[in-house]
Amino acid sequence: MVCAWNSSWGNKGVSMKNSVEVKNISFSYGKTEILNDLSLDIKEGEFMVLLGPSGCGKTTLLNCIAGLLDLTDGQIWIEDDNVTWKEPKDRHIGMVFQSYALYPSMTVEKNLSFGLRMMGTAKDLINEKIKKAANLLQINELLKRKPSQLSGGQRQRVAIGRALVRDAKVFLFDEPLSNLDAKLRAELRYEIKKLHRDLSNTMIYVTHDQIEAMTLADRISVMKDGLIQQLDTPKQIYNKPANLFVAGFIGSPSMNFLKAKFDKSNQNIIVGKKQIDISKYENISNFINDQEVLFGIRPENINIEKNANSFQCKVELVEPMGADTLVWTSVEGNPISIRLEGSSNYNLNDEINISFDIKKSSIFDSKSEERI
Amino acid sequence: MSTIPKGPRPKHLTVGRIGLYCFIIMCALFFLMPLYVMIITSLKDMDEIRAANILNLPKELSFYAWPKAWSQACTGFVCEGLKPGFVNSVKITVPSVIVSVALSALNGYALAFWRFRGAYFFFGLCMFGAFIPYQVMVYPLLKIEDFLGIYSSLPGIILVHTIFGMPILTLIFRNFYASLPIDLFKAARIDGGNFIKIFFYVIIPMSTPITIVAVILQVTGIWNDFLLGLVFAGRDNQPMTVQLNNIVQVDYGVAEYNVDMSATILTSLVPLFVYFISGRWFVRGIAAGAIKG
Repeated sequence: MVCAWNSSWGNKGVSMKNSVEVKNISFSYGKTEILNDLSLDIKEGEFMVLLGPSGCGKTTLLNCIAGLLDLTDGQIWIEDDNVTWKEPKDRHIGMVFQSYALYPSMTVEKNLSFGLRMMGTAKDLINEKIKKAANLLQINELLKRKPSQLSGGQRQRVAIGRALVRDAKVFLFDEPLSNLDAKLRAELRYEIKKLHRDLSNTMIYVTHDQIEAMTLADRISVMKDGLIQQLDTPKQIYNKPANLFVAGFIGSPSMNFLKAKFDKSNQNIIVGKKQIDISKYENISNFINDQEVLFGIRPENINIEKNANSFQCKVELVEPMGADTLVWTSVEGNPISIRLEGSSNYNLNDEINISFDIKKSSIFDSKSEERI
Repeated sequence: MSTIPKGPRPKHLTVGRIGLYCFIIMCALFFLMPLYVMIITSLKDMDEIRAANILNLPKELSFYAWPKAWSQACTGFVCEGLKPGFVNSVKITVPSVIVSVALSALNGYALAFWRFRGAYFFFGLCMFGAFIPYQVMVYPLLKIEDFLGIYSSLPGIILVHTIFGMPILTLIFRNFYASLPIDLFKAARIDGGNFIKIFFYVIIPMSTPITIVAVILQVTGIWNDFLLGLVFAGRDNQPMTVQLNNIVQVDYGVAEYNVDMSATILTSLVPLFVYFISGRWFVRGIAAGAIKG
């Protein structure tokens, strides 16, 4: 289980040891409770992404781990050390902010060395570390410049470098790429992943961007209203979302949902006048007769083919996206998007037959909104 | 034949523009008039002044009023001109400005970034303090200074100016610091800065524009002060404004208007100079918050 997410880059590996342990923490601003009794263990060398919409408490959680906010209750442990009451500087962390937070009056070099100078590190050692970090991040030419003379991407590299030179055990990223344009964002995302492969540090990364979460994470923790909705590998979260919120939040275009009722005798769900055979669904035995459910299916798990289980419907909109094409139609009044190959050619009002890949679908209870 | 529109739009002098210029020029003349009168009067001799053509240029330039105002005019019983007053004003202004600006910057920083319990209450107190007319506090403060044994002394007047400057300066600094990105402060804390280190290494280097505003406010305010100087400075430390008053308000002898005028101009030179060299910075600092990483 633990090693399941340790494949993609072949990094030195995620050990069994916990690097960061968040133990039953609560945090509130005055009377507004942001986090309540939240616990989270992050393994050594793991890339953990905290994902959620704005206001879900992910940044608050990160600030609590960094020690920038005082907990109302609970403990934070970093590297087997109870740091709950420790200053941020004593927590072996480095942090990268969305706004870069470079000191505007200092050159890049001074920005990088600030932390070390505050600790009273020897000059030779400082220079050596700066050189190493600058090489790694390819910012050697920028060392003498001021932050105002750098582009957004360069600034963020410097900000990462600042965490790097401090030999932080844990890297904290607070939406580091959100201020960059799409192309740079993809570039830096790749570099952060490479950095993690090479350094194997524990990294905690806050984002609201699901692509970043999916591409970077060993594990994603999807948050909403201060609660962790699901904590699992990107694959699991994408394919087996634990509840309706996670299913709707992850994936773009998002998962299609159909309101339905389960019919036990035929192992069908009934959508309006149509029936869908779900006997191949993994947890079919968990259904109760007449249970109100939401049938969820990702756009790429809908096939255009005619078989016993298919529906006929009309193409209502076509969105060509280059690599693939999105076809919109509707089933019993519910809009449905279908992801097809980029080369596929459909026109408005074409009649098509669609069928759902039941094994890859997700079905949720209407009331509890939990996966069945 | 009309020309085809191409390139920048030609600029026309409209009636509205002309009216605006007229208004601006008239305003300027209106405010420059007293200065004009002061300067020409200071360059006339007493006979010509008595002729009462106040707007006429001097027939004969006479510079004797200026050195007299500076070093010979009588302020009460001594006749040493404004020079000792100038020295006193410098001795009062420089330490008062430095101490009040430094302390206010530190206060503003603490209020903006280290949100201690009761910070908002303290901030409210500052607001309140900034708008109380200081005449109300003159007598109690006098008693306190008397008790402390610094009444009528240089430290006494410096303390008074520092106290009265701090509420408004603290407000100004606090608001400036509140406009800086909080992430900078967070980054500095992670980088190992403590309260004092962050202030010196991160915050002060970014404070240039607002510090200039604060210095201008304090220099002009303290230099122009009359009441506090009169009450708290004591006879030996009377600032320039108080001595100017003594020159102008003669109870006996002849009123020498040319000396009065040059003494007044001399007294106002420092604030004028400060405004001229720092006007650009002043506007920039007032419009501040304009610091981006």
